[in-house]
Amino acid sequence: MSAGLLTVSPSPHIHTELTVPQIMRGVIFAMIPALLFSIYNFGIGALYVTGLSVLFCVAIEYAIARYLLNRAASIYDGSAIITGMLLAFNVPSNLPWHIILIGSAVAIGIGKMSFGGLGNNPFNPALVGRVFLLLSFPVQMTSWPVQGATFSLDAVTSATPLGILKEGIRSGTPVDTLLSEMPSYTDFFFGLQAGSLGEMSAFALLLGLIYMLYRKIITWHIPVSMLVTIVVMTGIFWLIDPTRYASPLFHLLTGGVMLGAVFMATDYVTSPFTHRGMLIFGFGIGVLTVLIRLFGSYPEGVSFAILIMNAFVPMINKFAKEPRYGVVKEKRK
Amino acid sequence: MKLHHKLKTFKLGGVHPDDQKISAGVAITPLPLPKVVTIPVAQHIGAPAKIIVQRGDMVKTGQIIATHEGFVSSNIHASASGRIGVIEEVMDSSGFKHTAISIRVKGDDWQENIDLTETLVEEIKLEPKEIVARIMEAGVVGMGGAAFPSHVKLSVPEGKHVDHLLINGVECEPYLTADHRLMLERPKEIIVGIKILMKALGVDKAIIGIEDNKQDAIELFQELLKTETGIAVEALEVHYPQGGEKQLIQALLNREVPSGGLPADVGAIVHNVGTTYAIYQAVQKNKPLIERVVTVTGKSVKQPSNFLVRIGTPVIDLLIAAGGVPEDTGKIVSGGPMMGKAIADLDVPVAKGTSGILLIPKDEASRAEVYNCLHCGKCIEACPMGLEPYHLLLMSKKGNSQRAKEEHILDCIECGSCSFVCPSNRPILDYIRLGKTQIRKQKKV
Ligand code: SF4
Ligand code: SF4
Repeated sequence: MSAGLLTVSPSPHIHTELTVPQIMRGVIFAMIPALLFSIYNFGIGALYVTGLSVLFCVAIEYAIARYLLNRAASIYDGSAIITGMLLAFNVPSNLPWHIILIGSAVAIGIGKMSFGGLGNNPFNPALVGRVFLLLSFPVQMTSWPVQGATFSLDAVTSATPLGILKEGIRSGTPVDTLLSEMPSYTDFFFGLQAGSLGEMSAFALLLGLIYMLYRKIITWHIPVSMLVTIVVMTGIFWLIDPTRYASPLFHLLTGGVMLGAVFMATDYVTSPFTHRGMLIFGFGIGVLTVLIRLFGSYPEGVSFAILIMNAFVPMINKFAKEPRYGVVKEKRK
Repeated sequence: MKLHHKLKTFKLGGVHPDDQKISAGVAITPLPLPKVVTIPVAQHIGAPAKIIVQRGDMVKTGQIIATHEGFVSSNIHASASGRIGVIEEVMDSSGFKHTAISIRVKGDDWQENIDLTETLVEEIKLEPKEIVARIMEAGVVGMGGAAFPSHVKLSVPEGKHVDHLLINGVECEPYLTADHRLMLERPKEIIVGIKILMKALGVDKAIIGIEDNKQDAIELFQELLKTETGIAVEALEVHYPQGGEKQLIQALLNREVPSGGLPADVGAIVHNVGTTYAIYQAVQKNKPLIERVVTVTGKSVKQPSNFLVRIGTPVIDLLIAAGGVPEDTGKIVSGGPMMGKAIADLDVPVAKGTSGILLIPKDEASRAEVYNCLHCGKCIEACPMGLEPYHLLLMSKKGNSQRAKEEHILDCIECGSCSFVCPSNRPILDYIRLGKTQIRKQKKV
């Protein structure tokens, strides 16, 4: 036997099945329930926006890698598809195509490739794109089509539950009255509310979460610490004054909390390495989200909260170390 | 499986590779003597042994052919009788060339003072000091893979108090079954070996740790030890690297060996079951370490086997006995898939630390595409020492030994869990090894 044909490489000689393409495929798969709900709710417009966003993101990443950076196209890892889907999930389902194009260009060009591509970007690319659009196109980004609208890009628009709440409280209406005019919590849970394309159905997002936990793609630390923080904080305010503050359940089921906790905050690249770090990170996002929702001028704060905490990740990584075997007290440098 | 009983395991990290113990049901069979045995003089950690024979000498099986150089070294014995042939450098399983003594095998003529009968000798006549001397004389080294001279481990440094002997029957490497078979087929000898070790160390407590995928071995030892006091069997969770010395101490005693320290610092000494058996042979039968059990296995291997092999037998003989080298073989590993070494030469001799020969099919032999680090944290989650492997890789790559040392790179036990789990296929352990070598070099300068 010709031994020369044998591979000689250092140990280990086996590897887990879960590699980058598998993980990316898993995440995409986990987003499908939310996408289906969105199509059910908003009609084909949701699919159109998502499709365009994915297409733009992949094309832009390909173009930048090939023609600007002169290196092999990195699109096969699937991460651009995820960015595209997440960007779409964070915008209204009737957004015009040119705004989607701008959002994709910012997400991929500035949010990801300007830092050197996958693995090097400090901020969640989809959120960079989303926040840019929110600041540049405030009107288009906050006119949500009513549910049930079919493929008609200028359907009647309605406000989100969080928007109604913020406006109502400002004009002095008690929370009870405001809530009585909105759908029930069960409706919220299944996604019968106005909002961005992928954020409405907590149920669909939870399916995605369970799938990702089962496949061991992510751990529970970030979603749980973020959600628990939000429940506890909004719960305290609610107990103090239920006429001015909505219940924790309301806060969990509306806006981008679930989408943020399941898909945005858990992005590997822009979240901490260790479990301890993840708990701190989720806690920080929870606190900031509640502060913005209750006291800020925007009705919703999840995107900003995540982006702000993204900036703290290097610091969290430095301090939130795992315990070490045989090292009693770690001197911190 | 007992319900409500949580199996013990180590506390940090670890991974769960598919255990693939395909040869577990195959009894140990002795491999016929080869025509030539090639016995390296550096099969152990420490100084190579000094050769005391010359080409043309006639030797008997079990006769010393190279003596230990200093304390941290080991004697080497003829594993077959015959005439000494060439003494030259040969490729061994480390991938480097080392001096080896070849013997042209003629018959199997053992030295007279070795007891070759199968009778179990239970009475331990020797005193602790004599036991250690006999173990040293017999050239016994750790047979789980590291090949650290056993007499050194038994010579507890002044001022340290050892209260527990731990016997490593974990065999956490996937595929390997040599220790498992030995536990099933030679349990009584292993128990006497444990008693010898307890006497040598002056301890009255011993625990045998066995992974839960070897129920038959666990039950067998529980049965045999029913009437014994002081020796316990503990079933451990199947969790790699459960058999790492530091991990086993944590799992069984909930103690942590301090960074840079020794097991004796926390009152424990660990020996592998194979070593314990060899110690029985050395002390009760006066038989030096000249043979061992080697698993030959792999997904495409025709007859996965556990062979009793003389040290110095070329690997190719084992492969032929296991039905030949399968067509699709892409890599041959000496040891297990997590920590073993790939070999390129089929004439590499079996050494005291060779626990198995694993044949890996072509489609699993080479590494997959490498991506950027995703910051997924899976390597940190997997590290049983609580290190940050991704970070150690970066520092080793940059040559920043100072920082790497501060981040405890020297605590890495090279278990491979980080590289195993990295979704980006990053060569983490390769770089950590490089970083460790850089530090050791600096120390020497
Ligand atoms: S090889 Fe070293 S760094 Fe990697 S997991 Fe094992 S102990 Fe940790
Ligand atoms: S497992 Fe690999 S990709 Fe994940 S953090 Fe470690 S080195 Fe990076």
